[in-house]
Amino acid sequence: MIKDWLKPHRIVLIGIALAMVTAIATQMRWDWLPNYYGDLLSGVGVTLIILFASCILGISFAIPLGLFQVTGPAPLAVASKVFCTLIRGTPLLLQLWLIYYGVGSLFPQIPWIRESILWPYLREAWPYGVFALTMSFAGYEGEIMRGAFAGVPAGELEAAKAYGMSRWTILRRIWLPRALHRVLPTLAGEVVLQLKSTPLVATITVVDVYAVISKIRQETYIVYEPMLLLALIYLCLTGILVSTFTYFENKIPTRDA
Amino acid sequence: MSSLELLALSPPGWGGVLLKGLALSMTVAVGGYLVGLLIGIGGAFGKLYGGPVIKDILNTYTTVIRAIPELVLIVLLFYAGSDLVNRILVLFGSRPIDINGLVAGIMVIGVVQGAYSTEVLRGAIKAINPGQIEAGRAYGMSAGLLLRRITLPAMLPHAIPGLSNLWLIATKDTALLAVVGFMELTLATRQAGGATKAYFLFFSAAGVLYLIVTLLSNVGIKMIERRAYKGMPGVG
Repeated sequence: MIKDWLKPHRIVLIGIALAMVTAIATQMRWDWLPNYYGDLLSGVGVTLIILFASCILGISFAIPLGLFQVTGPAPLAVASKVFCTLIRGTPLLLQLWLIYYGVGSLFPQIPWIRESILWPYLREAWPYGVFALTMSFAGYEGEIMRGAFAGVPAGELEAAKAYGMSRWTILRRIWLPRALHRVLPTLAGEVVLQLKSTPLVATITVVDVYAVISKIRQETYIVYEPMLLLALIYLCLTGILVSTFTYFENKIPTRDA
Repeated sequence: MSSLELLALSPPGWGGVLLKGLALSMTVAVGGYLVGLLIGIGGAFGKLYGGPVIKDILNTYTTVIRAIPELVLIVLLFYAGSDLVNRILVLFGSRPIDINGLVAGIMVIGVVQGAYSTEVLRGAIKAINPGQIEAGRAYGMSAGLLLRRITLPAMLPHAIPGLSNLWLIATKDTALLAVVGFMELTLATRQAGGATKAYFLFFSAAGVLYLIVTLLSNVGIKMIERRAYKGMPGVG
């Protein structure tokens, strides 16, 4: 197998790639790197925390969004549909700035919010970032969940009903597991898309890995090297995410694979 | 000032600034989309019919572009791209030029969209019945004629869902150019908000503008689909 992959032209291409990497490593300036190891690590940590928090919160919000659109009642179905359209129809950067600058500037004017126990958190930027990313993930994933709920074969739901299951039991035992099973293959792609959205929070002063790189660029006046490192970091994160998802996907039994 | 006065088209209202920003956004979106489409057609053909080296290079291009956040690509390409062009110009003895933001923005969005277009078009071309292309070859058509008369028209119905999705992404990706200081709708909105402190009003107004673009695009896409799928019960 590896022999198939390692054709002569590939060896040449790998050689060229290695030469480029060596040139970048030796010809460009990397002396700043040791000073920022700690910052970079904590930046990657913040990125990952925001990614997982918004994905988990987002998907738990997306399940009712998808379900309401399929089952109703009508007002909730319309509300869910409008929410998904709003989220999917406007840029995430705009939503983020609307929440941080717009809503965030309204909060201090409301007395009971200033006195609430949440106020110390609402004065920081990260809750707004996590909230915006969560809503965005919920909007996109809600649409996918709608398709997944609608796509569960009617016969399976009828069979469950024939067994005398209550509506709640049907949802818990049949409908939701089958729908989740259907969205699993798309989940890896959606999480990678979400990872690629996280650097936007740097524009509202959250210190994720992108913000750390921006800080390095400002402090050292080095333009390209930190950006190349950043691209490499995201490449690695995407690679790790995709291979983790592939590993777990292979563990889940499917009949038609 | 009341909300209506703030949104008025002429100063001191900021409506005109927002609409100008929207026009710039849409110019970049259309330009970037078309550049991406050109890259995509080339890339798809390279991936399907190119030599092994071209295939590997194109695979690297699409994988890398799709794995790195658009924001990072836009910041990197926006500065590095103009810098690179100028260095090449100096190398060949001409004077460096000042690349304007519009051209740089279109190229950046184009390069990003190109990677996605490549994949969409490659899939669409693969969905064509190979007999049609073989028949074209049997008639002695040249590669260019085959592309123009058979491959492109035959793949279009298969490509429409992917391409319409890419168009919607292009309109929203232009907002990221705000981060590099390009005065498109999102940055114009932020400036209007900063000057008047009416952030909520202006960001909502910009949201409505983006939403109108999306909804109008959806209507257009529906019309194109209806036309393209005429007499094709199997697709769409």
